[in-house]
Amino acid sequence: MNRLKLPPWLVLLLPAIIILSAVVLIPLVLSLYSSFTSYRLTRPDSIFNWVGFFNYEKALTDVKFWAAFGRTVLLLTVALNLEMLLGLGLALMVSKVTQGQRLLRTMMMFPMMFSPILVGFQFKFIFNDNVGLVNNALQSLGLTDRAIPWLVDGHLAMFSIIFAEIWTATSVFGILILAGLYAIPRDPLEAAKVDGCTAWQSFRYVTLPFLMPFIYIAMAIRSLDVARAYDIVQIMTNGGPARRTELLWTLIGRTGYVDARMGYANAMGYISIFLAIFFTIYFFKKLTQSRKELGMGA
Amino acid sequence: MASNLNHRVRRYSLKGLHFFGLFTAMMVLCVPGLWIVLNSFRPTVEIMAKPPVWIPNELNLDHYRAMFSGIGEGGVPVLTYFANSLVISVTSTVIALLIGMAGGYAFARYKFNFKGGMFVGLMVTRAVPGVALSLPLFILFARVGIIDTHFGLILAYVALNVPFTIWLIDGFFRQVPPELAEAAEIDGCTRWQAFWRVEFPVARAGIASAGIFAFLTSWNEYALASQLTRSTTSKTMPVGLLDFTSEFTLNWGGMCALAVLMIIPALILTFLVQKHLIAGLTFGGVKG
Repeated sequence: MNRLKLPPWLVLLLPAIIILSAVVLIPLVLSLYSSFTSYRLTRPDSIFNWVGFFNYEKALTDVKFWAAFGRTVLLLTVALNLEMLLGLGLALMVSKVTQGQRLLRTMMMFPMMFSPILVGFQFKFIFNDNVGLVNNALQSLGLTDRAIPWLVDGHLAMFSIIFAEIWTATSVFGILILAGLYAIPRDPLEAAKVDGCTAWQSFRYVTLPFLMPFIYIAMAIRSLDVARAYDIVQIMTNGGPARRTELLWTLIGRTGYVDARMGYANAMGYISIFLAIFFTIYFFKKLTQSRKELGMGA
Repeated sequence: MASNLNHRVRRYSLKGLHFFGLFTAMMVLCVPGLWIVLNSFRPTVEIMAKPPVWIPNELNLDHYRAMFSGIGEGGVPVLTYFANSLVISVTSTVIALLIGMAGGYAFARYKFNFKGGMFVGLMVTRAVPGVALSLPLFILFARVGIIDTHFGLILAYVALNVPFTIWLIDGFFRQVPPELAEAAEIDGCTRWQAFWRVEFPVARAGIASAGIFAFLTSWNEYALASQLTRSTTSKTMPVGLLDFTSEFTLNWGGMCALAVLMIIPALILTFLVQKHLIAGLTFGGVKG
């Protein structure tokens, strides 16, 4: 033991490295390999059937794949931006309240406790065209007398999914931005007031720059598990109707498990992994950058 | 005078707008969940009623009774799922915390090459989408023979949670001044003792919040669990929810009851550590 002297930081990190290699890296290498084969679950020996870049070519020329890809990027952009804006609005409103802030904060955290799959079922129920809360309410109020097919119509289904996604994640932004608002020093704000800034100016040039690191933390956290939207989509529409809400993740799941074409699914999986890694690195970069600007050190 | 009045009108209307906005936002955040809770107490006939019944005529515990009565009569082995979820989540959280403490300590206290790169590398492993990971993991676990076991799922969840726990715990150890541990070492503690007697107690709240996060992630995870579990020996509650669906129908009432059972532990835990949760996320990230 003494002969092989590892630096202490490596010893401390070793358990993490070992388990992450075992559960994440080795499977990823395996899937990278199998993405170059015509591996099918039903025929195990097909894993040795090397096909080169065939799966990637197939994915990149597949209209269904690109449709799913575009939809995924659209969902991420729309959802993340709206979540950020709504979270900011929510945090600003809550921070202005003088009484009962604790209660409001607690209520804000409510959606964070819901499992994504539960959110999926919940909104499948709420947007159900027959017994759902939304249609019931609209009909009882006399706004419409027919059942609106929230999850059956392609566009409405996408809307419902984005709504569900935003419902779960807005509070993450709200809570973190609220914490940022508490941490803002008072002096610059008062100085801005003395100098005659309007409310909007002092928000734009004083409050917002201070909030940026907090917004990026929220973005970084969200980008780490944004793929959990898979659960929501899978339950609410399972990519339907007629693939109108098919995202990369549901497409991968279906190709891999239902069609049992593992090789092809893994090739698409790799493309989605790179998408996720890109988002993560981007937000972590932004986080370090805005931290430096505020002089909080790295 | 006129401008004074104008000013006052504006202030009141702003106040009204603020109240209205806040009220709407809170309604949107809370009503969906409360509706699920309400429906878990309503008989199926009333849930399905057309035109809708807005004021419940009767509330009962039928769905809960059916749920706990075990297999048969639409019953789902909920208690088994609950136990599975609990064992898997708690075990994986404890292990992830231990590994995360070691890793976070390394990042907070030691300087080494490629530190930034290594950190982002760890984070990236967390960003791999569950579905994309579940395919190869399924093949691998099937080869090793740990599909449908507690062990397999615990292993997967530890790996899932370690990066995030390291990130959070790193931030908390950074807040503990290194001089504290150094002083303890001068007084004759070993580094190990200094850690447990001085640094650990100071960072304890943060470690607890990292633990809650890890627990919630494991408790709520579906994409991996749905592939790595097969039967009642290891199915967790998120996967068990699907037992209420059949080809053409959904047992909404029963599902709502299970949903409530799933939320309660998460609810209790989150309320217990609410304050630390926010502090953990922000300080871990901003000052880290």
